[in-house]
Parts: sequence; structure tokens; C-alpha cells
Amino acid sequence: MKTKLLTAFAAAFMSAAPALAELTIVDTSYRTGPYAANGIPFSDGYKDYFTLLNERDGGIGGEMINLVECETGYNTEKGVECYEATKGDGVLVYQPLSTGISYQLIPKATADGIPLHTMGYGRTSAKNGAVFNWVFNYPANYWDGASLAVTHILEQNGGDINGKSITLIYHNSAYGKEPIRTLEELSKKHGFNLTLLPVDHPGQEQKSQWLQIRREKPDYVLMWGWGVMNPVAIQEAVNIRFPMENFIGIWWSGSENDVKSAGEGANGYKALAFHNLGSDYPVYGDIQTHVADAGKSAGAGDQMGTVLYNRGMYAAMLAAEAIKTAQEMHGTAKINAAQMRDGMENLVITEAKMEAIGLPNFGPEFSVSCENHGGNGFGAVSQWDATAGEFKLITEYYQSDQDVIQPLVDEDSASFAAENGIESGC
Amino acid sequence: MFYREAGDFKTSYSEDNQTFPIKFDRWRYYFVLLVAFAVVPFLINDYWVNAVFLPFLIYSIAAIGLNILVGYCGQVSLGTGGFMAVGAYACYKLMTSFPEVNIFFHVLMSGGITALVCVAFGLPSLRIKGFYLAVATLAAQFFLVWLFNKVAWFYNYSASGQINSPERTVFGVPVTGAQTEPWAAYMFCLVFLVICAVIARNLTRGMQGRKWMAIRDMDIAAEIIGVNPLKAKLSAFGVSGFFVGISGALFFAVYLGAVEVGEVFGISKSFIVLFMVIIGGLGSIFGSFAGAAFLVLLPVLLKNVLVGTLGWPTDTAAHLEFMIVGALIVTFLIAEPHGLAQLWRVAKEKLRLWPFPH
Repeated sequence: MKTKLLTAFAAAFMSAAPALAELTIVDTSYRTGPYAANGIPFSDGYKDYFTLLNERDGGIGGEMINLVECETGYNTEKGVECYEATKGDGVLVYQPLSTGISYQLIPKATADGIPLHTMGYGRTSAKNGAVFNWVFNYPANYWDGASLAVTHILEQNGGDINGKSITLIYHNSAYGKEPIRTLEELSKKHGFNLTLLPVDHPGQEQKSQWLQIRREKPDYVLMWGWGVMNPVAIQEAVNIRFPMENFIGIWWSGSENDVKSAGEGANGYKALAFHNLGSDYPVYGDIQTHVADAGKSAGAGDQMGTVLYNRGMYAAMLAAEAIKTAQEMHGTAKINAAQMRDGMENLVITEAKMEAIGLPNFGPEFSVSCENHGGNGFGAVSQWDATAGEFKLITEYYQSDQDVIQPLVDEDSASFAAENGIESGC
Repeated sequence: MFYREAGDFKTSYSEDNQTFPIKFDRWRYYFVLLVAFAVVPFLINDYWVNAVFLPFLIYSIAAIGLNILVGYCGQVSLGTGGFMAVGAYACYKLMTSFPEVNIFFHVLMSGGITALVCVAFGLPSLRIKGFYLAVATLAAQFFLVWLFNKVAWFYNYSASGQINSPERTVFGVPVTGAQTEPWAAYMFCLVFLVICAVIARNLTRGMQGRKWMAIRDMDIAAEIIGVNPLKAKLSAFGVSGFFVGISGALFFAVYLGAVEVGEVFGISKSFIVLFMVIIGGLGSIFGSFAGAAFLVLLPVLLKNVLVGTLGWPTDTAAHLEFMIVGALIVTFLIAEPHGLAQLWRVAKEKLRLWPFPH
């Protein structure tokens, strides 16, 4: 019995390795647990876009894409297991969609030579590509987000927020703590008072934090939330009748799932965005024909057009464009991880490119270079319209305060380089 | 036939009292050690180490530690996650403050520091018992996690509040950090596990272990026959904390490399280690191994069977995994309330009579 079990066990592990395909990409998703409501649409968008490329174009440059999904449950241990289980299969890029897992994978992926794309999350100072050779966080990062939110508040107040009070309510983890440093710098620069209110994982219990907000009546509340924390926070804000137009979430706190449960009260809630919203793009027609109608949708297929579905699709589009760039650079369709890194480092996203893909005016233009792995920090503010049931961009794309952010990036990446004995250079 | 006492003559007291009195058992034990030290390191790759062996080895140490407290001394503790966090943060502070000292001693000292913290939180056990003590240790869990989140000194004022293990070597071979070879990490944890298991086994069958068990079985009676409850209970907390601290330090430094206290050392960690002890068998060193193996390997196995072999969607597989593991735990506890260790004991009794049971 024991030997039988052992054999079965060994066989199960052996068979875990999928067949080698040409372009392997791993989707470390989470469709279970307290963060599933946000994990599912992102993963669906990510997968559907690659399915579209496979079905419509026969892959990228003639090479089919093999998308391997691995469930992490937003748990770092499972994330590491996913990484170790798949990294031997010639994976081109990881998109962990979790700041905690990103922190685990940054040293591992760097040692193994596999690029990591932490789009709008992860370690902010990875923007400095001279130190973080294998990590990319374009097109925007948390510190950009913090600055964009403050800039928006500045604009609303005619450029002067001296003496105003801003409260940050955040997920008490590496993710939520990321913007604090930037906000502290910005509060010095602009003279606003900053209050910090941490919410512990998973974030269902926020009564005391919102009681404090109700008592102190800050002028603005910023939120760094994810998963179940978002709808709870928005519901609590509605309960204490906090003016929703003064409540601004990071891009991870601005999806339909987060606001719908609060009903009409959530009308006017704002969230940042680094790409456009809605489903009014030519590429959606193709996804409908080649993916949805063909019954090849990921998940339940009911997420098309949602904010996070779009973001997943955007992440997949950026990965696909990086693959194309790498294929052109190296003159081979069958690229490896190192060539993928080159492709990501030389990625240029222009309006013409996005229009050719079927996503005109979908995101800001940006280009990646060895010194700058983080894009240019452009973003916009979106607002929830409860009657129409959709988020709409209410501003143009504008840039974050690079005068504040760049020194912080340099400082943090220098300390990382010193801690880990990294020789920085391009 | 092979598994029997007959013909295996003992001529001294120490032989009579050895851990494995049956020759077959002894050889099996040496064989397992030989395989673990001399064969496995040559066969494993990154995946086997990071998904199977490291969690198994480290959780085994934690389960041994908790088993001493819960299984041998009868003091229910729900603070294991918090105490592992103490080990992890102690190790981090030592690693960054004294980089010239070998990581081996850092891990041992983290165990020592955790032992002190554990003794401090064990003080209420002198006045409160059972479920009430469980609640008191639960307070330790929440307090410690809060502390490591709140006081920036513990994470060296890093912006993210995470701790990252820098590269440290043993005999010139890196055992922490990204450049670690899988076999090195495996061997480092294996050495600690073997040391811990041998210490725990010998403690529990000696006078100290008997005192703990006397307290567990009936504390008033134990006090009457001369067991000092203060010393017995606090020593159990201390020894347990030492092992749990070592496991926490290894969990952070070798296995994960980067830790965020709320997520990694939350209440679920306390529960999973407690489940390991209960499923494995209270008051058994082998049970600690069995419980750790059960709860570490089964989810990985199920995931590989359901997703890898059968090709099911990952979310369905993840949900089924919970249901199957949960159902198995319930089934096991109904069929064998004394855990996997009891199954092992019954198997050994049967083996002694095999092939001629009466």
C-alpha cells in the first residue's frame, strides 16, 4: 500500500509538468479566497486575450502561446509553489498580481533569469531597472498613484491644500504600506495633514477605522484596498455619509464588484486608473467572435468589459507586445526568457500600436528603458456612476510628481542594492 | 517474522531503554536517515524542495514544538503563529545586526529568544487551564502580530514593512537568499529537524517528559507526588518555544525569504500547526512528522492530481482540495481519534505477530 501510494504520489508530481509549448506564460491567479472577487476578472481578461491571439492569429509571430494557470489564493506560500512548479518550463514572464508574492519572487526570478511584470503593484523602486534588472512595473506604480491622487485633490482646491487633512485607509501589508512614504513627502511639500489607518487582512472588520474617520472628519480619504476590503470600506463610507467624491481609491480599489454592493450611496466614488474603461473597443468584437462565441472564455465568461477584466487584458496586451518586440529584436519567433526581458526593456507603446491592436486610446503612451522600468507614471481619475452602473474617466491622463518620486525611487533601490550586494548599472 | 523482539538480547540498561528496541526498527531508522542525508539531496530540484521538503521539514519542527506543549504537557496553545513570528523576526534582526556570525547560531538564538517570549506568555498557564488558556495564548498571537506590524524597528524601518533574508552561508555554501542551491536549503533544515527530533524524543522519555505528562494527566496529583507545576509548565512553554522559534526562523530565512507578518504568521498558521499535532497524534514525536506530512503533502498532491493530471479548472480544484482535505480530517478523527501515530502503533503491534496472529 505504502509503495503504491508513493508511486502514485511520484507519478502525480511528474505529470504536473505540462508539455513544452513554444511561448509559455504563467497566470498566477486567485479564484478562491477573500480576494477572488478581484482576482477572477483580472485572470479572465488575461487569459481571454491570449486565447484570442491563439485563435485569431495563431499565436504571436506564428508561435502558439501556452498559458498555464496556477491558483495561489493570494497566499505567498502557494505563490512560491506555483513559481517553483512552473519555472522549469521555459516561462517567459510572471504576472503575480500580488505585492506579497512579488516580494517573494523578485530575488528568485532575478536569480533564475525570468522577467517579472508587476503592473501597477509590487515593489515601487523596481522602476529603477539598473538595480532591478528582471523586474518591470510599467506603466505606473503605487507612488505614482499616491501622487496622482494628491494632484487631483490639488486641482480641485485650486492648487492649495495647505492645512487640509487627508486620511489613508490601507491594507495592513506591504501593498498598503507602499504609498505611505510618498504621501509623507507630499504632505511636507503641500502642507496637508496625513492620518494613517491600517486595516488588517482580509479587511472585513473596519468599524473602528470608520468611526475614527467619522469623528475626525478628514477632507479626503484615500484607500489602498484589495479584495473584500474594498466593498466593506465603501459600504462603511456610505454608512457614515462620507462625501463620496472626496473618497479616492487606488486603481486596485475601483472595480464594479467593490461599489455595486453599496448601491446608490456609492455614487460619485472615485478611483485612479492607468488605462481606459468600458467595452467600446474593436478588440472586444474579436474577443466575442473568437473567444466567447467559440465557448473558449476563461472562467464563467461573464466579466467582459469590467474594469479588472480590462486591466487583465491590458496586462496580456503589454506582454504580447513585449514578445513581439523581442521577436523583432532577436529575429526569432521562439524567444526565451532572457530575450523576453530585452523585449520588455525596449517596449514602446504608441497610440498607433494600440489602434492597430484594436484598443485605440486605451492607455497612455510610454516607453521602457534600462534606467526606467516603470513607465512615465501617467494616470487618470475615474468616477462611479451608480445609475449607469459604470466607472467613467473624468480627467485626462496626467503625470505624477516625478520631482518627489524619482529621489525616493533612487534612495530605495540604492538601499536594496546595498543590502543584496547588487552592482547597479545598465 | 522480521519485526520482533525475540532473539534481540539486551545486556545493559542503556540498550534496554533505547528509542528503537526492535532491531528492524533501528535499521529502518538508520536507513531513513541515510536516505534523507545521502540520497535525497542528490535527487531533488527546486520544486521538490520548495513545494514539498522544506515545508514538511519546517512544519515538522513546529509540530514537535507544539506537541511538547499540547501533547505532552496538556497546555493548549493557539499562539504558535505568533511565536513563529518571534523566531522569524529575531532571526532577521540577528542576521542584519551581526552579519559576521554564522546563520546556524542565529537560528539557534532565535529559538532561545522565542523560548523566553513563550515562557512570558506561558505565565498565565499557572492560573488558568484548558480553553481559558487557549484564549490567553490567542491573545499572544494577536499581540505579537500587531507588535511586528506596529514597531518599525523590527523590520528595520523598511518602507514595505516586510523583512527580507539576506544571503548567508554555511561552510561557504549559501543557505538563504536567492542563490541557494536546493540541496543546501534542504540539508540545513534537515540538520535542524534531526537535532530537534532527537532532543525532543530524549526529553520526553526522560524525567522532564514524565513530569510534563504527569501535569497533563492530572495536575493536582502531579503536585502531590512532587512535580513542581511552575517549573514543569514553564519548561514546557520554554522548550516548545525554542522549537517553534527555530521553525519560524527557518520558515522566514530559508523557505520564504521574505515575510509579511500578518499574512504568513497569522492565526491560520496557529491552527494548521495545531491540526498537524491533533491529526498526527498528541504526545508522539512520530505523530508530529505524520501530521506535518499529511497537511503539507496532501494539498500539493491533490492539486497536482486534479489540475495536472485531470486538467480541471484551477478554481474547482482549489475548492475540491479544501473539501477533500476537510473530509479526510473528519474521517480520520472519527476512525482514529488518537491520530496517525496510533495507526502506526497498531500497525507495529500487528507486525510483531505477523504472519501468525492468534
